[in-house]
Amino acid sequence: MQSSIEERLTKKSKKAKLETFGKSLSFICIAFIVLVVISILYFVASKGIATFTQNGVSIGSFLGGTDWNPSGKGADGQPLVGALPMITGSFLVTFLSAIVATPFAIGAAVFMTEISPKMGKKILQPVIELLVGIPSVVYGFIGLTVVVPAVRNVFGGSGFGILAGTFVLFVMILPTVTSMTIDALNTVPRHYREASLALGATRWQTVYKVVLRSAIPGILTAVVFGMARAFGEALAVQMVIGNAALMPGNLVSPASTLTSILTMGMGNTVMGSLQNNVLWSLALILLVMSLVFNIMTRLIGKKGAMK
Amino acid sequence: MTEQNFIIESKDVHLYYGKKEALKGVSLDFMPKEITALIGPSGCGKSTYLRTLNRMNDLIPDVTVTGTIKLNGKDIYSPKMDTVALRKEVGMVFQQPNPFPFSIYDNVAYGLNISGMKDKQKMDEIVEKSLRRAAVWDDVKDKLNKSALSLSGGQQQRVCIARVLAVEPEVILLDEPTSALDPISSAKIESMLVELKERYTIVIVTHNMQQASRISDKTAFFLQGDLIEMGQTRKIFTNPKEQATEDYISGRFG
Repeated sequence: MQSSIEERLTKKSKKAKLETFGKSLSFICIAFIVLVVISILYFVASKGIATFTQNGVSIGSFLGGTDWNPSGKGADGQPLVGALPMITGSFLVTFLSAIVATPFAIGAAVFMTEISPKMGKKILQPVIELLVGIPSVVYGFIGLTVVVPAVRNVFGGSGFGILAGTFVLFVMILPTVTSMTIDALNTVPRHYREASLALGATRWQTVYKVVLRSAIPGILTAVVFGMARAFGEALAVQMVIGNAALMPGNLVSPASTLTSILTMGMGNTVMGSLQNNVLWSLALILLVMSLVFNIMTRLIGKKGAMK
Repeated sequence: MTEQNFIIESKDVHLYYGKKEALKGVSLDFMPKEITALIGPSGCGKSTYLRTLNRMNDLIPDVTVTGTIKLNGKDIYSPKMDTVALRKEVGMVFQQPNPFPFSIYDNVAYGLNISGMKDKQKMDEIVEKSLRRAAVWDDVKDKLNKSALSLSGGQQQRVCIARVLAVEPEVILLDEPTSALDPISSAKIESMLVELKERYTIVIVTHNMQQASRISDKTAFFLQGDLIEMGQTRKIFTNPKEQATEDYISGRFG
């Protein structure tokens, strides 16, 4: 009898084996994901850096130059790969669309959480989810047929440009920012609202001075998320921005973004050439920026949690 | 019966959550500048009744209230009643300390801020006075700009009381204000309430019968949505009229 107890205790039981199996299975999955991310980072970084190491372009002339014509050469014999117009274009459409979208998102979120939660859940939530699900090419197509002519008629110019891009991106990021803002408002505890109302605050004062104020970190996270989405959006922007690699002098002249030049150029270059490498450099900027947005949301979240 | 100047008079108050009757005709009057304790087992309706006094139950959907509650002779459930003004007169302290995630100063100044006070100096004075009255000034005077959430539970609760005092209400409702606190913090709050009685009418819901007997002038005993008995605290605790009251007070149930 004694030996059988010893045997039972020292031998691995079926349950313990199952436990090990489950653990290793989930470990393999996560290792695979990490591996994919690391190899993508490595690949993009090595290709993107080749512009500077193999082709001898200086980082300054790439980030600060305003002439973009990778197949041509400038007067000094250096290739014309100034990416500043695209960088400017990307940041402009991102910030402008975020600035336009934020007040709408906050307004909609306040309505859906504070004023009419019932209608919000029944009607508005599905509408917002639908907006998230529309493919970006559809947004771009609508932008091309509606927004561009509208901008042309109201503001002049060709209609293609930063402004049209801003409008399209505004509609695209609005649902994301709104639904995240709703989440942020919903996490504000009910007892904050009760305390405020019990002190004789009106509903509006409660929303404005307590709920929104407590939700600031969450709202900022929502906006940064929207900005990350706007920064990385390619197709819809490409369809309405005009794709001229020029410094945007005004909001209605054709311009370009990092993503739009990337999608335009990637089919037309030979692997390993300068023209190809410099596109990878653009991709590297996009990657780094999405990393920056990611870190920003984390920092904001941490700061909010500490309070 | 002589004519008495009740500050709050409630008559035949019924409250329904949907179809469920939570208060079954409660009639209860409160004298100014007294502490009245509402006691009773969980779910007996004492907190629900307390929340009818500043219409906090309005925030819960599907709640119907019938009967009349008068504050200084004015029906607070009349359609003309401004709940915002009512809640400035009848302040409330909750069971869980619930300071806003702002600085201590901003918490106490909140009520002044929303009524549009701009005078910074006057605001400073009121904030200090309120924190002193709530017996928490010495704890926080050096860190008024620190987040109120950095304080201990007992300090937070006293800041919440200061926040109510800053609005200068006539009546303060407290919903089990010490049930989440340690005995020392509770004792501080109790002695503070006894001092506050000089200026305010206080209605306190409590599970702690010793607390009720220590600080209150009158005690009302609730059971299953009914008011069983109300009277001088000493009388309720030593010589109650009803058997149920005696059973509860002597610990036979609840």
